[in-house]
Amino acid sequence: MSFAWVTLDTVSSPVIVASDLVKRYGEVVAVGGVSFEVAPGESFGLLGPNGAGKSTTMRMIGAVSTRTSGRLEILGLDPDRYGPEIRSQLGVVPQSDNLDEELRVRENLLVYGRYFGMTRAHVSGRADELLAFAQLQDKAKAKVTDLSGGMKRRLTIARGLMNDPRILLLDEPTTGLDPQARHILWDRLFRLKEQGTTLVLTTHYMDEAEQLCDRLVVVDKGAIMAEGSPSSLIRRYSSREVLELRFGADRNAEMADRLRDAGDRVEALPDRVLVYTADGEGELARLTDAGMRPITSLVRRSSLEDVFLRLTGRSLIE
Amino acid sequence: MSGLDGEAPLRPRTSRRAAGSLYAGNARSVVYRGWLATKSTNWLVVVSGVFEPVFYLLSLGVGLGGLVGQVTAGDGQRIPYAAFIAPALLATAAMNGAVYDSTWNVFFKIRFARLYEGMLATSLGPVDVAVGEISLALLRGAGYAIAFMIVMQLVGLNLSWWALLGLPAVLLVAFAFASLGMGITSYMRSFQQMDIINFVMLPMFLLSATFYPLTVYPPPIQVVIQALPLWQSVELVRSLTTGSVSAGILWHVLYLVAMAALGMTVTTRRLRALFLD
Amino acid sequence: MTALDAAPGEQLRRVAARPRRFGAWYVAEHRLRVMRSYVSTVLIGAVGTPLLYLFAMGVGLGALVSANLGPHAVDGVSYLRFVAPALLCTAAVTVASEEFTYPVMLGFKWNPTFVGISSSPVSPGQIIDGMVIAVVIRLVATSAVYWLFMLLFGATPSGAAALSVLIATLVGLAFGAPVMAYVATLTSDSGQIAMLMRFVLLPLTLFSGTFFPLTLMPVYLQWIGWLSPIWHGTQLARIVSYGAREPAWLIAVHVLYLLALFVSGWLLARRIAKGRLYS
Ligand SMILES: Nc1ncnc2c1ncn2[C@@H]1O[C@H](COP(=O)(O)OP(=O)(O)OP(=O)(O)O)[C@@H](O)[C@H]1O
Ligand SMILES: [Mg+2]
Repeated sequence: MSFAWVTLDTVSSPVIVASDLVKRYGEVVAVGGVSFEVAPGESFGLLGPNGAGKSTTMRMIGAVSTRTSGRLEILGLDPDRYGPEIRSQLGVVPQSDNLDEELRVRENLLVYGRYFGMTRAHVSGRADELLAFAQLQDKAKAKVTDLSGGMKRRLTIARGLMNDPRILLLDEPTTGLDPQARHILWDRLFRLKEQGTTLVLTTHYMDEAEQLCDRLVVVDKGAIMAEGSPSSLIRRYSSREVLELRFGADRNAEMADRLRDAGDRVEALPDRVLVYTADGEGELARLTDAGMRPITSLVRRSSLEDVFLRLTGRSLIE
Repeated sequence: MSGLDGEAPLRPRTSRRAAGSLYAGNARSVVYRGWLATKSTNWLVVVSGVFEPVFYLLSLGVGLGGLVGQVTAGDGQRIPYAAFIAPALLATAAMNGAVYDSTWNVFFKIRFARLYEGMLATSLGPVDVAVGEISLALLRGAGYAIAFMIVMQLVGLNLSWWALLGLPAVLLVAFAFASLGMGITSYMRSFQQMDIINFVMLPMFLLSATFYPLTVYPPPIQVVIQALPLWQSVELVRSLTTGSVSAGILWHVLYLVAMAALGMTVTTRRLRALFLD
Repeated sequence: MTALDAAPGEQLRRVAARPRRFGAWYVAEHRLRVMRSYVSTVLIGAVGTPLLYLFAMGVGLGALVSANLGPHAVDGVSYLRFVAPALLCTAAVTVASEEFTYPVMLGFKWNPTFVGISSSPVSPGQIIDGMVIAVVIRLVATSAVYWLFMLLFGATPSGAAALSVLIATLVGLAFGAPVMAYVATLTSDSGQIAMLMRFVLLPLTLFSGTFFPLTLMPVYLQWIGWLSPIWHGTQLARIVSYGAREPAWLIAVHVLYLLALFVSGWLLARRIAKGRLYS
């Protein structure tokens, strides 16, 4: 419905530009000066723990929250002045579903499409397409309250796609879903990516970020700690492998102290000790030879969780 | 009910329970929970409910009374309009309090809060729950009744000594409506169906010889009105507060007792069907 | 890019032009669709209320009043004619109080559909406008049905008296819009709405010269009527219905007061909604 003017954009110009973006609620600094850019077709992630300011950033991008200071441009427009124009190009999947429980599944899509000024005929066809996309055809007449969490999430995504958006904003799209439901959702998001939709998503699951994001920023307490592709972040801030050792709750700290020189780096957590190293099995063999007897041990590949731990000294999910 | 009054047998729940296991003699704990919940959430809403009949009394009794003058009560005695509607408002307040507690409140607990499922998973039986909830409705009704009778005295509607019997009468009214209300609610599935209760209550309130004597209606309609439980309640309370008491009021008592018994039977059956079988 | 920076391109402006213009109507369409889910309640209410009240209060009570004071005792007309315009206005206020309380609470909080709408091009102000439009539609329809029943009961003449329908709609809005603004500020309902019904709606219904002329009230209670949209509206409806006599200045006060309540409540609700949805 709206792609004629795409030619106005040069291929490389970013669809989102934020610089020194700040949002304060009274005394609380929710977002404390973040800067980033998102290119068209890119899949961009905000990774951070509870209260990091992810949702607040998303709401500012969604042109429903006025920034306190800094520069923000969506599709080259200032959201303070061109809210409706910007929102007409966005699809939004909020952190908590706000589907209309007084309407049926398909009606939710119909009603929402109308808000973009789509004609009734257009809305009806699009709703059927998206019900198929979200695998909800046989739920078309169901009550929203009778859907499972994963179905609701898919319906919310379908709703966000009614206006064929250029940018899809997803705030924790899979939180609270079981593994199977998450994989179905990821699959749908992949397809959108392939079709060229720009995705911006927040998450506190590193596997999700690794799966879906071309590039991400790690945020904590309203500030960006690092930026890059998932693999480059892992390369830069962590080792290839991680050796996890458990010695029992009361001995972990003490053992970490004795392990100080093992591997490249050691982190003591309340429930386990992490040894960062290029060769996990080799390190484990050395430690066992030195007479250490962990209750359990595990060698795994480094993940964004380790990047986060390195950057903040805290783990991502408490 | 006394037949069910035995000790709760300490054996695991099975799908078919003996009558004894319907009642554990512990309705108190249900009342206690209701009291705690009221105290910590909506006591202001509950307490301020007494103002509703007072507003009606002040508006209609005082203002409209100026237009209506005196009214002929059931026994031919001429009484001021305020004295005529006050007992009706009293009975209605008892009905409203009891019906609210036993319908909306119970509906919510059955369908949404799943409170009863939790209760019945303990040693409590359905009769404990029913008796407990109905007692709560009665407490509320009694509170409204006492407060309202004090207001009646204060605004100069001097009550007869018979009015003291008005209190148990109001409790009977509340009991009858609460038990039937709860029984009906146990069949309700959606909020839309719950609206039906409003559609029944409002006409009953306006038509049951509350604001004008029965004689305003043509005789065939009079019979219909007399069959309504609120009419029975209003007449009972009105004879007591105005002091025009005759043996005839025992018919009203009988009607309400029968209604309460019917309600209790239905409620117990349904709670059992819903949660135990 | 820089061209867009200064002002949105013509095409981009166009895609948001329809929502900018018709957003409120889309919201109203949504509301009417929701109303369809409780259409039976709406219909039973629309037909049952006039039947019941005109019969109980107009005919039933009227019989008592006429027996006491003769057939033209109140304001020079029968009690039924006197009370009917008031019942009409009260019914409108009841409908407005249904539509402007729980649905508003629902949209902001319990099932935050307003939050969902605000991420479309439609603005918070338009959400409020849409609510108002939908309620106006329901108010006009129910009041029209009510008025037809009044006609049937012989409680009103036909012709210009039909203006009562619009007056009742205005009364509903004058009461409902400030209520909507208040409910829009609530972040949780721990009985505020029930208290509003009990301590505002009920007294306004009972002490607004509805069932008897306001002057029959003790002087110290008459101020309630002066504050009450129901009284101002009822007096207007009585004028168009049976030609009740009021000085011109008082008629102006009635109209202006109702309009002022409606417009100020409406604008306030728009502001509150904007602050809340664009926080
Ligand atoms: N409307 C608001 N008023 C006041 N403070 C707010 C508001 N919204 C967010 N905050 C505060 O801003 C901070 C960031 O919140 P935000 O919701 O953006 O975090 P988040 O990263 O999305 O966290 P989560 O993972 O829990 O969703 C928090 O401290 C929060 O309390
Ligand atoms: Mg969040």
